[in-house]
Amino acid sequence: MKTLNRILLLALGVVLAVAVAGLPPRGDIQAPSHLAANATGAPVAGAYYIQNAYRHARTPNMVTVILADYRGFDTLGETLVVFTGAIAVLFILRRRTP
Amino acid sequence: MREASTSPIIQVAIRGLMPVIQLVGLYVFFHGHYSPGGGFQGGVLLAVSVMLGRLALGLEMSQVVFRSGIAVGLSAVGVMIYAATGLAALLGGGEFLNYGFLPIPGLDPPALRNLGILLIEAGVTVGVMMALIAIYDEIVESRTESSVLATFE
Amino acid sequence: MHWQIEILLLVILVVAALTALQLKNLLAAVVTLNIFSFMSAALMVSMGAIDVAFTEAVVGAGAVGIFNILAIFRTTRRTLD
Repeated sequence: MKTLNRILLLALGVVLAVAVAGLPPRGDIQAPSHLAANATGAPVAGAYYIQNAYRHARTPNMVTVILADYRGFDTLGETLVVFTGAIAVLFILRRRTP
Repeated sequence: MREASTSPIIQVAIRGLMPVIQLVGLYVFFHGHYSPGGGFQGGVLLAVSVMLGRLALGLEMSQVVFRSGIAVGLSAVGVMIYAATGLAALLGGGEFLNYGFLPIPGLDPPALRNLGILLIEAGVTVGVMMALIAIYDEIVESRTESSVLATFE
Repeated sequence: MHWQIEILLLVILVVAALTALQLKNLLAAVVTLNIFSFMSAALMVSMGAIDVAFTEAVVGAGAVGIFNILAIFRTTRRTLD
């Protein structure tokens, strides 16, 4: 069982190494996610955000604009998940009155 | 934990660290528009300062820092600040969470978006901070340890 | 000079992860896990993802460590296996 575990881990490592080797280099401006339009000619969202974030929200930190404004629903869900975790812990651990 | 730590090193170190961590948390929250950080990180930092106080000073002595029992309600208030900002934009004529339509006169849409981002970051900060403190308090105050441990030993 | 620092951080990361798995003292394992989180945050800084690194440092090395210490206080200090 232990050898099987090690073989599986090694296989996973090889798969991950091959997958990482296929990625574009870090900071490559020719990478598909950094272009203004992808191979089919459709505009890429990242370029739009970079060009318009300051003009839309007058906030220098682009990440904050994307997280809080363009993706506001996402952040609402994130906060709700944390709140739901607190509620779940409360319902599981609080002593019931006899 | 429930009793205060007996080590004077931990007591003094955490009493000195807590205000610094709180100050850094507030800085991270208010400076989120201009530098890395924002609501989530600031809220976690503020919660960590309170939880360090609970860990070192004990549950009773740390009540002066933050009273336990009100954390869950304030967490709901944080989420409600967020949702209320979205609903205010809805009242102003735009879509849900479209801060450009917040009903505040005298500001152009970019300034309104700036204000809306600050409001929802405040909601996220309060929500996350109070949720973490609530989880901590519930774990400390629950009394189920003996039966759970008996199954392992 | 940049890639040597990254190699060093990656080596510390792997060593910390393996050490956290092997340790019998759970408090030491928690501290080692915090080192793992902090090293991954430093790697993210070196890749330019400052916001992700900040979240990782605050949550992984701060809040999760405190919750793990709390769990150790409520259960046992040493592993039973």
